[in-house]
Order: sequence, then structure tokens, then C-alpha cells
Amino acid sequence: MQNTSMSSLEADVLVIGGGSTGVGVARDAALRGFSTVLVERRDLADGTTGRFHGLLHSGGRYAVKDPSAARECIAENRILRVTAADCVEDTGGLFVSTPWDDPEYGDLFLEGCRTTGVPAEEIPVAEALRREPRVNPDIRRAFLVPDAALDPWKLVWGCARSAEEHGARILPYHRVLDLVVDDDRVVGAHVRSERSGEEFQIRATVVINAAGAWSGQIAKFAHCTVNVRAGMGLMIAMNHRLVHMCVNRCKRPADGDILLPLRTACVIGTTDVFVPDPDETEIRQADIDLLLDEGEKLVPGFRQARALHAWAGVRPLFEDTAEVAETRDVTRSHALLDHSSREGIAGFLTITGGKTTTFRLMAEAAVDAACQQLGGLRACRTAEVPLAGSESHALYQIGHRLAAREPVPQAEEIICECELITRARLEETIRQRDTTSLDDIRRLLRLGMGPCQGGFCMYRATGILHQGGHVDQAGANRTLLDFLEERWKGLHPILHGDQLRQARLDDWIFQGILDVEHLPA
Amino acid sequence: MSYDTIVVGAGLAGLTAALRLTEQGQRVLVVARGIGATHLAPATVDVLGYLGDQRVVSPSSSVSTLIASSPDHPYRHVGAEQLAAALTWFGTHAGALGYAGGLEENLLLPTALGVPKPSALAPRTMSGGDLRAGGRFVFVGFKGFKDFHPTLIADNLATARLPAPIAARALEIELPAGRRGDLSGRVIAGQFDNGNLSEWLVTTLRNRVEADERIGVPAVLGLRRADEIWRKLEERLERKVFEVATLPPSIPGIRLFDALTDALRAGGARIVLGVRVVGARTTGGRIEAVDVAQATGTVSHPAGAVVLASGGFASGGLELDSFGVTRDTVFGLPLIGVPTDRVRFAPGYFDAQPLASAGLGTDDSLRPVDAHDTPVYTNLYAAGAILGGAVPWKETSGTGISIATGYAAAGAILAPATQDISGEVR
Repeated sequence: MQNTSMSSLEADVLVIGGGSTGVGVARDAALRGFSTVLVERRDLADGTTGRFHGLLHSGGRYAVKDPSAARECIAENRILRVTAADCVEDTGGLFVSTPWDDPEYGDLFLEGCRTTGVPAEEIPVAEALRREPRVNPDIRRAFLVPDAALDPWKLVWGCARSAEEHGARILPYHRVLDLVVDDDRVVGAHVRSERSGEEFQIRATVVINAAGAWSGQIAKFAHCTVNVRAGMGLMIAMNHRLVHMCVNRCKRPADGDILLPLRTACVIGTTDVFVPDPDETEIRQADIDLLLDEGEKLVPGFRQARALHAWAGVRPLFEDTAEVAETRDVTRSHALLDHSSREGIAGFLTITGGKTTTFRLMAEAAVDAACQQLGGLRACRTAEVPLAGSESHALYQIGHRLAAREPVPQAEEIICECELITRARLEETIRQRDTTSLDDIRRLLRLGMGPCQGGFCMYRATGILHQGGHVDQAGANRTLLDFLEERWKGLHPILHGDQLRQARLDDWIFQGILDVEHLPA
Repeated sequence: MSYDTIVVGAGLAGLTAALRLTEQGQRVLVVARGIGATHLAPATVDVLGYLGDQRVVSPSSSVSTLIASSPDHPYRHVGAEQLAAALTWFGTHAGALGYAGGLEENLLLPTALGVPKPSALAPRTMSGGDLRAGGRFVFVGFKGFKDFHPTLIADNLATARLPAPIAARALEIELPAGRRGDLSGRVIAGQFDNGNLSEWLVTTLRNRVEADERIGVPAVLGLRRADEIWRKLEERLERKVFEVATLPPSIPGIRLFDALTDALRAGGARIVLGVRVVGARTTGGRIEAVDVAQATGTVSHPAGAVVLASGGFASGGLELDSFGVTRDTVFGLPLIGVPTDRVRFAPGYFDAQPLASAGLGTDDSLRPVDAHDTPVYTNLYAAGAILGGAVPWKETSGTGISIATGYAAAGAILAPATQDISGEVR
């Protein structure tokens, strides 16, 4: 991922979008032996993928309402547990009927799971409460499903590295300015490096638009139409694992009905609101309150627990035909659009809709279609070939960083105590990634994502970034200030209780001790 | 047991009030849930560092401007004269720390990021870093000590806005063998106290520092013997040596806490940490006794006066719940500066934050008042970060407010007793 200068690039496949779908497509194409380039306007997984709740669906959520999505989910769930094992924590899933939910929905749920092939088993309430002691003791029914927790950054970077190992070029911070259309055929894209400002062309036999909620914007460059709407979903991370399984409400999917463990925290989600611009996701106080109140129904005392951070992601909701009023009524299955049959534009495919759980399947479908324009079908290998780090098929275990440190606790400098990140690991990542952005490093290492939200590690990381010569003093100051502003966006909407105390401790550090506000420009 | 005054909170404000009352012969009890924010702060005394975007040169002349534009500011209640008296008093009571500076002109001390930060007073182990006169500086880091980054300090200072030109460079040196791993400032400070790190520092630096350079080191030169260690370093290196405060726990802050609590205990005050005030017995608008929950159960301590110095949101003196309700966690007193709608925080980190000046409103004797400006209790006083009306981060005024209001609250408690014509001392 070097920032080498390139006046032009040529490839069989050009992928636009660096979320799970895009890197999935790039990896799939590279594994099939196609020369591949991927461009992403920001960092990998900086859009929808990095902002999703982290649930690897069993399909249970869609079993009643969207059976085809349920079937896809359980199939992909089984594949990812093997090929992306290091990104998956096998938490298991629990669907519960709270006093606010109709217990008879449980029968529909079981029937839906049965017909879609999602393993589901009703367990006694007492057994459910034994497994999840914080869950509302007044639940009436409980069902086990194979939900799991998925680390989106690991997944995306794992796919990207695998693609690179197979010859792909992965170019984050490269924005598509226009598509190059020649005689009713898309033959490439005009892109700009957001780091160097350099503009150049990438020519490709097939261009695959995997820009998710932004794919409509990309399609317009070729005068094609992709009716994708952005459905904003709000998530709140809580400071502890209030639950150890992915706990879902057993009812028609609605707002705030999923609470799942994610590493040392847990996440409640989501909401679902159409937004006109996927880049404008304002967090409303009413939605925060809604999630906290729904959390209270699942786990009594939720409002007194420590809320760490709130964020919003945008789902790409594809609608080909009529108006849909409710975003939850749009199918979560994906859509593959061949613009030659739709609009007479050859060499251009859009893969959209879908969900992170089914990203691999989406990639397979897209590359299958691309094969037809690249001289014949080549077999997809992504259902068998594991990602780097997942070769042993060992599922991720919470506490691995602690386990690695425990033999000699004081052996190495710990830069981020919350996430147990050593100086060596940080320095290696800075070098490998060749980045000057603390936010990029955060996404790779989870630096600054623990309870203190960067209070202690960010001064250290800035110093190390600067000391290593990766960035001059002005650049170091800028990335520190950018990090603080970016962090605040997710903090201020939910700031109360103990996290407000933490935020004030961080104010002591950044404003009281370091006087960061008066850094020279 | 009964006390003349019970102080709730063991931060800078509470300890200041307690020490002044103790030295005037009062029987004082300090109760606190834990150590205060001294362990976070660099131990400088920041009276007023910024007015809006302007760096303040002279706190004594700028405080009046601040008061004029902030009607509820604690400095307004304290008054300029008492503020000056508080700082003088503090300078002579902070034990062996020896504070340098004054209200006439702020020192400009480098932070661990290399920002020149204005402070009225600083411990003499730190005041040598004053940048006002310019000159040449070398910042020395210890390899493997993650909380101090000298290159960033030097490079930032080189571009900082300063009254006189400076030159700054960085030097990183290896700690002696065996002192590696995950080192905290506290561990290194302990090694300065007990070991021969001073000797190592002198030997290592002697030939690597220019004759006219001042030497900045992380603020880890010992906890108990810092003054002596620092003096010895200056003598042996024949250069000015100064500490630069860095991430918590703040070693200079711990020294300050130790100095104040040592002085209090020597004066006969009682300090109980790890307990919580859960209520008070009141009659006729007076607090008669304070209920303290401790390991053995709740004990009611009769008191002549009470100083509430339980801190702001950081220390738990104030809290905000998930419904947007703000409260004083000890007595549930009425607050000022709390926005009426639920928009509590501005979207930019450095924006003016609506909740930043929330806290207790008081009369000029620092007694918390209700909406009609009437003291809630005639013998309850407040000091420090729990007071509303100020924006300590923006103003760089937090420690100044704590010392001034702690001093003034003690003064208000002492005043009626000294004027009591019956001669009866409570």
C-alpha cells in the first residue's frame, strides 16, 4: 500500500469501494487470478462496514420476514466461522420474549428458522437467565441460535491483505472523480489520491461499483441509475459486556432490539431512518433515548450503566421499483445490477444492498458476473481459502491480548492500557500502514477505543508517530486535534454518568496538562 | 466527635480551606471519597491564563476584566485582594515545594506537548522552564518512558508564539540497565528517591549539554526528596534544570497533596479518605451534623461549619444522569449554569460547552445560595471545582479558583468567630 506515483494503471477488474463488499470483491477477483485494483475515497472500512453493530447473523432475525436473507445469512455464517475464524467470536445468540413482546411470535420464529435452515432451539427461561444473568428476569421465552460477533476491521484488512498477496492493488484514500466511458462501455475511472493530490486514470475491463450507500453517486458518472437509499442506524457502545451472547428481542425486527458483546464492550442497536445524504448522519437525542429505553427492557439498569460512545452507520437499501415507506421493509438480500442489460452500458456492474454477514456471497455473485465479460467463468475460492490469521480455523477468543501479556506483565511498554497495545505493535503498524493518521491506526489496532477513549494513549501515540519521523510537528498536531474532534462526535451525544467523569479526566489531560487547544498551527 | 469545621473533599480547595482553619486553631475533619484532582494536575497555580483567545500576561490586571464579563465567577465573590492574599498564603504553606512566580506576570512553562502554558505560580522544580526570557533549552527524554516525548516538545516550541526567541532541541537517553519495561512516572520517581538515578543523570548529561542550555526533564524527580534531588542536579550539572509535567498520575501533584496533608496532620487535623457523606442533620437553616458512611457504618459528626469541596464532574461532586439531570451528589444543592433544554454539549470539542460553567452559585461568603440568592444553610460554604460561573479549562484558572475559594471559605468561617463580642469560640 505504498504511495507510489502512478500516471496510469491497468487491470482486469477495478473495484470502487473499500467496505466489506469491495474488499470481498477484490479478494475474490484476485484469488481467481484477475489483475485487480481497488479504490476507496477514505480509509478501508471507514463507511458502513466499520460502523455496523458487529453481529454475524445466524439468520434468525430474518427468519420470519425475509426468508431468502435468512438462508443467505446462515450459509455465510457457517463459511465465515471457518475462513475468517480469527474475526469471529462464537458468542452464540439468544432471542428472548420480553414482557413487551408477544410470546406467540416465538412460534412463528421457530417455524421460520425451521424452513430457512437456521438452527434454533427453545430453552427454559431459567436456563437463559443462568447463561445471561443480567437479562430481564421477566422474559417469557428464550431461543438459542448461532449468532456471533464479527470484527469488521479485522475482516476488511484480512481480505485486503489476502487480495494484495494475490497481486491486487488496494488504494485507500483514492477518490473516484469520474468514470471513463467510451462508446457505451465503462473502461476505467479517473481518480485522485487524497493524500498527494495526484490525479490519474485506472483502466479496467470491468468496473465493479461496490460503493454501498454511495453506489448511486458512482453510477451517475456513467449515466446509470442505482436507486439505493441510505438507512441510518444508530449504535451505542456500553463499557462492559453486559451480555455474553448476542441477545435479540423475539419479535418483528424493530429499533433497539439487538444487544451484543463486542470484545470488552457491548453494543446496542439500531435505529433505521432514511437519510438524504449518506455523509450526513446526525445523531438525535430522541434516538439515543430510544436505544437506552430499549436497553433497559433487555437489561434492567441499562441507563445507569456506562455508555462509551455512539455512532451511526448507513445501510445501502436497494429499491428497484416502487416507493417503500419503511426502511425495514426493504429486503436485506443483495442486488447485482449489470448495467449493460439495464442501460446498455457494458463493463460496469453494481453490487449493492445486502449486509456485512453476506459480503462474501455478494462478492462471489459480482465476480461471477464479471467473469462473463472477462472471457469465461473461473471458480470462486473464497468459501474455502482462509484469511491470513485464520489458517488454523481457531475462532477469536476474548482476552487474547491479556493472555499474551500475562507471563511477564511488565516486559514491554503498553501504549494503550485499555486495549493492551504495546509500543512494538504500534510502531510496526505505523510502519506497515505508512500512515500519518491516528484515526487510521485506531481502526487497525482499536487504539483509543477503550473506556478512556484515547485519554492516555493519544499523547503517547502522537509522540511516537512524530519521533519515528513519520510526520512533522504540524502534522502530528493536526492528527491529534483531528482525533479529538472525531472522538468528540461520538462522545457528546451520550455523555453522562461515569463516562462524563472520564471525559473530564481527559479534559484535564488534554486541556489542563498539555494545553492542546493552544498548539501552534 | 464534634468538629469546628468539616471539609468534604481532599482536593486542592478542600485541603487549602482545612489547612487555613487548622492553623487558626480550629478542630478540623476532612472527609473524602478519595484523593482529589491534585493527582491529575501539574501542581502549577493557574490563576488566569486566557481571556478569550488572548493569552494573559498579567493575571492581576486581567482578573477584573474576567469578573466584569462573568457575573457569577468565583473570583468575583472572592475579590482581587483576597485572591492576592490567598496566593501569598499558599506560597508560604506548600511545604518544601517552594513556589516561584506571582500575580503580576504569568510564567510561560512548556507542556509535555511543547505548548507555552501561562501559570501564576509553579514549584521551583518546574519554574526554571519559564520561556519568557528566551534562551536555549534541551528537553531530555528517557527511552522507554512513554509519557514524555521531547522531540515533539522541542519542535512545537520552535514554532510557538513567545515574547523572546528560543532554541530548543531534544535528547533521548537510555535508562540504566535493568530499568526497562512498562515504566510509569511513579516508578521512576521512586527510583530517584531511593536509588542513584540522579548520579546516572548527571553522568549521562554532563558532556551532552551545552553550557548555556537549560535542561528540561519529565516531572519524575522523586516524590519525597524532589527538592533536594533537583537542587543537587542543578549544582552538579551547573545548569538550570526543570521538570515538565506530564500524564497522570502527576508526580508534582502527589508532592503537593503530600505536603498539604502532612501539614494538616502536623496541625492536628483529621483526614479520612474512602468515606462518603450521605446526609446532614439540619435545624433552622443550619447544618448541625454531617453523616459519614464508613466501613463501620454511618457516623454523625456534629460540626460548627461545613466546607463543600467535593469537586466538579471529574471528581464526582457533580453528576449528570442519562435523563439529562445535573445534581450536586452530596447535598443536592441548587445549581447555576445548567442549560434548561437537553442540548448539553456543543458538537465541536473546543466549542464553548454549555455545561462547562455549571455548579453552585454562592454569596460573597461562598455560601451556596438558592434561586433567591439566599444561603441554603447559614454555615455551609463551598470551594473549588464544584462552584459554577467559571470555565476553568478555557480560562486556565482551575487551581487558582481552588486556592482562592478554599482560602476565602476558611476566611468567611473564621471571620464571625474573631468578631464574636461574647468571646465565645465555637
